[in-house]
Amino acid sequence: MDAASTPGSPLLNIGIFLVFVAATLVIVFRASRNNKTAADYYAAGRSFTGPQNGAAIAGDYLSAASFLGICGAIALNGYDGFLYSIGFLVAWLVALLLVAELLRNTGKFTMADVLSFRLKQRPVRIAAAITTLSVCFFYLLAQMAGAGGLVSLLLGIPDRVGQSVVIAVVGALMIVYVLVGGMKGTTWVQIIKAFLLIIGAGVMTVWVLAINGFNLSTLLGNAVEKAGTADILAPGLQYGMSDLTRLDFLSLGLALVLGTAALPHVLMRFYTVPTAKEARRSVVWAIWLIGIFYVFTLVLGYGAAALIGADVIRAAPGGANSAAPLLAFELGGPVLLGVISAVAFATILAVVAGLTITAAASFSHDIYGSVMKKGNPAPGSEVKVARRTVVVIGIVAIIGGILANGQNIAFLVALAFAVAASANLPTIIYSLFWKRFSTRGALWSMYGGLAAAIILIVFSPVVSGAPVNEATGLSTSMIQGVDFHWWPLSNPGIVSIPLAFLLGWLGTVTDRNREDAAKQSEMEVRSLTGIGAEGAIKH
Amino acid sequence: MGNEAQGTDDVATTSVDFPAVQESERFQTLRRRHRNFVFPVLGLALLWYLAYVLLAGYAPEFMGTPVFGNVNVGLLIGLGQVVTTFVITMVYVSYANRRLDPIAAEIRVDNGGDR
Repeated sequence: MDAASTPGSPLLNIGIFLVFVAATLVIVFRASRNNKTAADYYAAGRSFTGPQNGAAIAGDYLSAASFLGICGAIALNGYDGFLYSIGFLVAWLVALLLVAELLRNTGKFTMADVLSFRLKQRPVRIAAAITTLSVCFFYLLAQMAGAGGLVSLLLGIPDRVGQSVVIAVVGALMIVYVLVGGMKGTTWVQIIKAFLLIIGAGVMTVWVLAINGFNLSTLLGNAVEKAGTADILAPGLQYGMSDLTRLDFLSLGLALVLGTAALPHVLMRFYTVPTAKEARRSVVWAIWLIGIFYVFTLVLGYGAAALIGADVIRAAPGGANSAAPLLAFELGGPVLLGVISAVAFATILAVVAGLTITAAASFSHDIYGSVMKKGNPAPGSEVKVARRTVVVIGIVAIIGGILANGQNIAFLVALAFAVAASANLPTIIYSLFWKRFSTRGALWSMYGGLAAAIILIVFSPVVSGAPVNEATGLSTSMIQGVDFHWWPLSNPGIVSIPLAFLLGWLGTVTDRNREDAAKQSEMEVRSLTGIGAEGAIKH
Repeated sequence: MGNEAQGTDDVATTSVDFPAVQESERFQTLRRRHRNFVFPVLGLALLWYLAYVLLAGYAPEFMGTPVFGNVNVGLLIGLGQVVTTFVITMVYVSYANRRLDPIAAEIRVDNGGDR
């Protein structure tokens, strides 16, 4: 791979990206002026409106994996790439119908606030903080690893040292955003990014459709002609080879649809609005924006297949991830490529910022404030700890990103979703809807789900023992040359999610301890009516 | 001004008799209306999604059946998932506005909260 095969002008790409960074930094500094209390720092004073928060959720959720990854998957594998985006979208119904409003009414800053509300504080908070940090870590690693791949593609930096420098710069920028801007600054970065991304994808979509006479059928026909096979229009290219791959796809589908409503950084966004009703409006806006965006990616993916062709995409630096940038170059030349590249970078920045503040809030609020200081930290000390945590997480993310550079991003993201769906979702649902649910059930479900998901991943073909590709001489596994896998599927969801639900039930029914009935009453009444919910901070 | 939220409970909530509110007819109505909507609707949505995933995995030929031009059954069902997601979202919002929010606000106001 040489830099010369990168289309467009890396200088222009960097220039447009720097304009984005400069503009968002100004906004972050302006937004930071009112960051005084924990509620300001973690929850932006609960002062965002539903539509603003909905855009921020879309900005948080539409990661580089969903933009570059899904476009690329559709361009190469056709229909099977589309299956991903449907799972990512339908998942929002779980968040809308079961989680968003009730969570907003009962918690303050973190997921653990809700999970430990009526159970034993210390053990449940610690468990919830551990699962939160695990999910954030895997997701963060995926984004940082993705940054490395993006660099090689967009800036023409093929060597690992140069990519590592860029990963470090991305990490440092993220630390500045989160340190200075807190949740408010992070939210604005995500809102701006969401609009850039959706508008950018929208313009390209209309352009691709215009080339094809605004006829979807013509576009599909051109894609088939270029690919030389009509298989790209039906499922099966990526997943349909055997019973095992079909089961694997079912497992992935389960993790995608059940993971979203349990992602800590998504849940935390519901605390940035003043009421449960605004939380509902947030999800509604998020669903519209995300749904429309995924329809765009369908057109863009087939557009890339028709205009560029799968062979050219496969051969480009960045492989499948280069489908969207190559399409931008084909349509609008270096300028559009620069804009789309900058948007892709902005995407990574905004997502890692959201993950970092979530992880920092969980550590400082759940572990430091509630467990170590028993719920009474010295005034201001929690935010101080949160800021220090941000720096630590930033450094960990930079190192992890450099080490994970070149790893399969989709695998890391799917892992985060599977861990969230297994470790968090059962406890969230049980504690909101099942009166009898007990501390032991929560602990069994969270630790059991977390352990099952991670163990099955470690002993799956994604870590070792996947077949070697004859063309490249490499296996798709993380570790080459050894094989200690005994679990056949690459996604653990189909086992670990039901297991975590089962453990939550089993732990509860075998638990002789009864939880505080008055706390259960309080939680149920508060969750549905909003009595005593944390309100907006007025400055 | 702001207040350090940690450790300070809202004054209003400490005086609320939650078990009594929970027992009340009105709250039970709210609880029933909420559950009677979200559980069946989410259940159907997830079944519909599961059907889609299973069809894609086990019946690719059916999904590849052309409907008009190059548009096939799979594409229509996939876009159908997007449409049902949008529709369920809108129906829930309208249901919540009519059937959940007013009664929740009543209970909240009667217990010293804001509308």
